[in-house]
Amino acid sequence: MSNDILVITEHMDGKFSDVSFEMVGKARELASALGGQAVAVVIGSGVDANVFASDSTLHIDDAALSGFNPEAYAKIVEALVKEKSPKAVLFGWTVTGMDVAAWLSAKTGAPCAAYAKDIRVDGGGFVVSCQVYGGKLMAEVAPEGDMAVIACLAGSFPVEAGQGSTAATATASPVDAGSLKVKFVEAIKPAGGDVDITAQAKLVSIGRGIGGKENVELAEELAQALGATVSASRPVVDAGWLPRTRQVGKSGLKVKPKLYLMLGISGAPEHLEGMKSAELIIAINTDKKAPIFNVAHYGATADLFEVAEAMLELL
Amino acid sequence: MNIVVAIKHIPSIADDLPVSGKNVDFDSVDFVLNEWDEHSIEQAVLIKEAVGGTVTVVGVDLIGELDNVLHLALAKGADKVVKITADDPAADSHMQAKWLAEAIKGMGANMVFAGVQASNDLDGQIGPMIAAYLDMPYIGGVSSVEANGDSATVNKEFAGGAGAKYSVSMPFVAGVQAAPKPPRYAPVSKVRQMAQTATIETVSPSGDASAGLAFKNMAPPVATGHAEMIEGSSKEVAAKIVELLKSKGLA
Ligand SMILES: Cc1cc2nc3c(=O)[nH]c(=O)nc-3n(C[C@H](O)[C@H](O)[C@H](O)COP(=O)(O)OP(=O)(O)OC[C@H]3O[C@@H](n4cnc5c(N)ncnc54)[C@H](O)[C@@H]3O)c2cc1C
Repeated sequence: MSNDILVITEHMDGKFSDVSFEMVGKARELASALGGQAVAVVIGSGVDANVFASDSTLHIDDAALSGFNPEAYAKIVEALVKEKSPKAVLFGWTVTGMDVAAWLSAKTGAPCAAYAKDIRVDGGGFVVSCQVYGGKLMAEVAPEGDMAVIACLAGSFPVEAGQGSTAATATASPVDAGSLKVKFVEAIKPAGGDVDITAQAKLVSIGRGIGGKENVELAEELAQALGATVSASRPVVDAGWLPRTRQVGKSGLKVKPKLYLMLGISGAPEHLEGMKSAELIIAINTDKKAPIFNVAHYGATADLFEVAEAMLELL
Repeated sequence: MNIVVAIKHIPSIADDLPVSGKNVDFDSVDFVLNEWDEHSIEQAVLIKEAVGGTVTVVGVDLIGELDNVLHLALAKGADKVVKITADDPAADSHMQAKWLAEAIKGMGANMVFAGVQASNDLDGQIGPMIAAYLDMPYIGGVSSVEANGDSATVNKEFAGGAGAKYSVSMPFVAGVQAAPKPPRYAPVSKVRQMAQTATIETVSPSGDASAGLAFKNMAPPVATGHAEMIEGSSKEVAAKIVELLKSKGLA
């Protein structure tokens, strides 16, 4: 058993996501408190792996893994864990990390703490703060046993602390790509042809509180009166009320407008990932305990329809 | 095609979530079907409609109220429903995944679907854990599944509309993010009819697994900041927002 912290980094189109650096920075802090090493793990090819402030970086450089493959990642990490017996394995609680973290936990019997917002060392182990129930509750848990799997929400730690230039050591993949049951076929590119919400200075963003497709028009009218564009949370898009190009968040787009006016969005962590750095956030929500009020600059506990209609009369 | 959908009954986050001790006060919350499970049920029924087969929905009955959810699943097109009687509202994802895996083991599933996550997945989601316990591959963030023979074409989402297409050999477990179509509506009359006529297969929990997490605390987040609240009637709120926007040159 070692006191090392493995960080499973993630990259797409030759670029590492911020969460990779965030976790490496955190891992350094944890490893130094425990007397271990922060080891960045890079899986896949076509990416410069010498970019982390880790104690060491392992690059499993295999052209067969140029596209993300959940089964391959899972098996590679399982083999690494066997070899290195780390104290913790950090994943992003992201569309890729989520495919592997809980699997590894069940496979190895190591506990898993997901939705992690913070990790600290406590008496040789960890205490992890997890943002559960859509952001309504924080759970503090201590993983038991020799190794912990911790899946971190993006944006929880500073990016800079993980940036550096540690030279990576290339190693061969321990997994035979030919034996995998999951095969990467091709990348799917985002559909174009709509306004680019990341380029807008003002967004009127609607959530499930908008109630139905027939009410989207009210938001459109308000947006027009403000010179803004309508964006949305994921359920609005999944329901088919607006196209995917308008979705803000973890699996949508990251926006940073001057104004982000939110109508009927609760403020789930997955939505916050996409908009929390907007310059002015105003939230209208009927639930006075909606998590969005911990993030917005201004808020009102009010009915979005009444407020939107009254605003239209004044604009 | 034999499709099994593993579901999770979870405390509703639409209401207050009171805490008792170091966990949710399960006695004073409503339990609802995890919202992504609606998408995995829909995805399963869409495949059945396309290529034929059966859809079995299985869940852990934590508080003795899963029947309503299972009747709804039947009304939406499931063929068979199974409940694992646990009577433990605090059963974590590891326990539920283990029980589900044991129940699913003998079902001869070609595909197992689960919601991509649930809001109470403190110890991870049941989908990847069921896959680990059943020794099947897992793929999550799934936005469509098409069955073709003994493999399936699976689309996984990344972000901003980007994703990737995979070919996956059966059997496998998929974590469904969204069905290709919004989940269908089941008329109340049909749900009621299912409640009167359908049989729910009941099994006891089998197998043991634990999250291995010691709970130290659970509480609403300590806000590092809080919005400045604009008080008043909706009209007054609207006026104040417009004024604020004007003062910042935003309206
Ligand atoms: C892997 C993954 C990726 C995800 N990616 C994203 C993403 O990119 N973007 C995203 O948004 N979500 C994403 N989600 C979903 C996310 O978890 C939440 O489910 C979602 O953000 C909730 O959207 P919402 O706030 O609109 O809906 P809800 O949480 O249902 O909130 C609706 C809100 O409207 C309020 N309301 C209702 N009626 C009114 C009214 N008349 N007036 C005012 N307020 C009202 C309610 O009080 C409530 O707070 C993702 C989830 C997963 C698992």
